[in-house]
Amino acid sequence: MSFLTDRKRAAGMGAAKTGTGNFWGMTISSVALLPLVPLFIFMIGPLFSQDYATVLLSLAKPFPALVCLLTLTVGMLHFKSGVIVLIDDYVHGLARKIWIVIMTCVSYVIIAATVFSIARIAL
Amino acid sequence: MADVNRGKRPLSPHLTIYRPQLTSISSIFIRITGNALLISTLLVVWWLLAAATGPLPFAFASSVITSWFGDIVMTLSLWALWYHSLGGLRHLIWDTGRGFDIGVAEKMGWTMIFGSLFLTAATIWFM
Repeated sequence: MSFLTDRKRAAGMGAAKTGTGNFWGMTISSVALLPLVPLFIFMIGPLFSQDYATVLLSLAKPFPALVCLLTLTVGMLHFKSGVIVLIDDYVHGLARKIWIVIMTCVSYVIIAATVFSIARIAL
Repeated sequence: MADVNRGKRPLSPHLTIYRPQLTSISSIFIRITGNALLISTLLVVWWLLAAATGPLPFAFASSVITSWFGDIVMTLSLWALWYHSLGGLRHLIWDTGRGFDIGVAEKMGWTMIFGSLFLTAATIWFM
């Protein structure tokens, strides 16, 4: 450690002194969402105005069920990373930690609710 | 740390002094749309949960999502989803090191704005 200069210790670390995990995670999920979002809009979107029987029948089919499941779960993981960046920028101190915990939990709950709903409808 | 003046350094001019650029405004709207989409996501997941629960809860959720309030939220969210997707595409292009010339960056900004409006109108028209 003592052999490293200050310059060497700082090089490539950025202002946060940590890696690029958040950025790379967002990149991966954004590429995954690129085909998922149009599929969700055109396959699941029309169901919002449909009646109960039609909705259950449509969401029980494998492809719409997977599109709905993937878009909402990957979307919420993407949201979780994004909202943490938002909180990091505007909220400071203890409130920052509390908000990150709250929004992470909200993301997890939405994912769980999606998985439960699709499982119950499709199985 | 060698930085003894931490916290007392002069700040560079920020939002209050800059003339808004297309690149910065289109970027800010990516953040706004992305985070605001939580509202319609909650609405959609509630609707899904209602569909998984039974006809009565579904009837209530369905009446909310198809009400004038639901229409406004879902239409704005549709635009936000298209805009955020096009914005994400722009970031993926930028990530490869391409499109940083001001002219190209601004063209992509206009494409996001008009593209998202067109896609929203087209989606509503065809469904």
